Amino acid sequence: MTYQFDFSFIYEYRAMLAHGIAYTVYLTLVGGTVGTLIGTVGAICRTWDIKPFAGLYQCYVELFRNTPFLVQLFLIFFGLPSLGIRMSEGQAAILAIILNVGAYSTEIIRAGLQATPKGQIEAAQSLAFTRWQIFFYVMLRPALRKVWPALSSQIVISMLGSAVCSQISAEELTFVANFIQSRNFRAFETYFLTTAIYFAMAFLIRQSLNLIGRYAIVRRPLP
Amino acid sequence: MRTSRFFRPLVLLGALGLGSLAPVAQADVLANITKAGVIKIAVPQDFPPFGSVGADMKPSGYDIDVANLIGKEMGTKVELVPVSSANRVPFLTTGKVDLVISSMGKNAEREKVIDFSSAYAPFFNGVFGPDDIKISKIDELAGKTVSVTRGSIEDLELSKVAPASAVLKRFEDNNATIAAYLSGQTQLLATGNVVAAAVHERSKQRSLGVKFLVKNSPCYIGLAQGETALQNKVNEIIQKAKKNGSLNEISQRWLHAALPADL
Repeated sequence: MTYQFDFSFIYEYRAMLAHGIAYTVYLTLVGGTVGTLIGTVGAICRTWDIKPFAGLYQCYVELFRNTPFLVQLFLIFFGLPSLGIRMSEGQAAILAIILNVGAYSTEIIRAGLQATPKGQIEAAQSLAFTRWQIFFYVMLRPALRKVWPALSSQIVISMLGSAVCSQISAEELTFVANFIQSRNFRAFETYFLTTAIYFAMAFLIRQSLNLIGRYAIVRRPLP
Repeated sequence: MRTSRFFRPLVLLGALGLGSLAPVAQADVLANITKAGVIKIAVPQDFPPFGSVGADMKPSGYDIDVANLIGKEMGTKVELVPVSSANRVPFLTTGKVDLVISSMGKNAEREKVIDFSSAYAPFFNGVFGPDDIKISKIDELAGKTVSVTRGSIEDLELSKVAPASAVLKRFEDNNATIAAYLSGQTQLLATGNVVAAAVHERSKQRSLGVKFLVKNSPCYIGLAQGETALQNKVNEIIQKAKKNGSLNEISQRWLHAALPADL
């Protein structure tokens, strides 16, 4: 093993790397936030069987949970223009991530809502909680608290999955890594660095979500 | 008598010497071809649209048409010899064929061992696009989006010389690059003329015309070194075919594009 590591390219491509990191963070934050909102609405519709949205949501969830992310992305970017819906690679990437996170989080949050014990709701009713109060304080918040670790994992997974967006020329971190590698042919160093960056980002996002969960969702320590 | 017997080995030696010199010094391939009435031409069999074997097991393509054109002009029969890109030069240097018409580009290494005719087919990397985008040089790429395969010759060249406001959309492979253009995600497409011709043939989604060349390396007919008579004859035929439009016809048939004026 006499491989000579050469990381000098980092300096040359620092602006590109920073841009790639920012792009991936943007995809994760916007995709995760909007996707979770879509998922919450979907979980509510499906739990109370609100017609016709429950059926629509079910189709959407099945479609997106049973097809590869890459194919969804290609369908949006290369396929939809044939129907006259043309999106830039950035719009297509963020839309695909939002829809993907939305589908998975629908099922995750629904599981939490359905796990609410019936007695708890009856107890709230007997305490003269309004319907809205019951929904928010007795059902949604405890549900989110229960599924928060699963939801956090899903968001981290979607961040890692956003690497696939490089395939439609969205210039996120993996695109930048591929680009650098195609110019300096130092595959080991380039992907070594990329791995380290992804790992650090996943770690930070997980920690931030833990904090958010602790202080914003439940306002008391997670079990 | 004695002297002649004494000199006989020397004469033999001299004859051998002359004989070994002969192919280089005075063998005229053109004369041999005319005498035999057959010209042997090496053509590709695995490189469409220049040469491929069809369902009827007969080779066809741009190079085969040019070979037949040359045979017709010289008034000889044509014997096609299928070659690969690796063995086409050895076939020529060992005299197994008279000409190599096998989408061959000219470079310094090849010029050391064989001679070339004038160019007979366009082969280039360029920027292609629809008729309604009227650009003809690289500076006019400003503000345009171009799909290109990452790490390809087109990518490296355009990255160097394209104006800063031109947007290069880099894709993983040729298929994605082409799909991005065909679905209208980019205004222009940078690729090789052969690829563009194949795309044009199979897809009528968007028109695809050449805007400007990025890197040009046209194809030449290869012949053995020192065959000036044959070289002149071949050049004459190419010149005539360019003038009377028969080469343009071949280009339209296989590359779906007119012969570039500067070829």
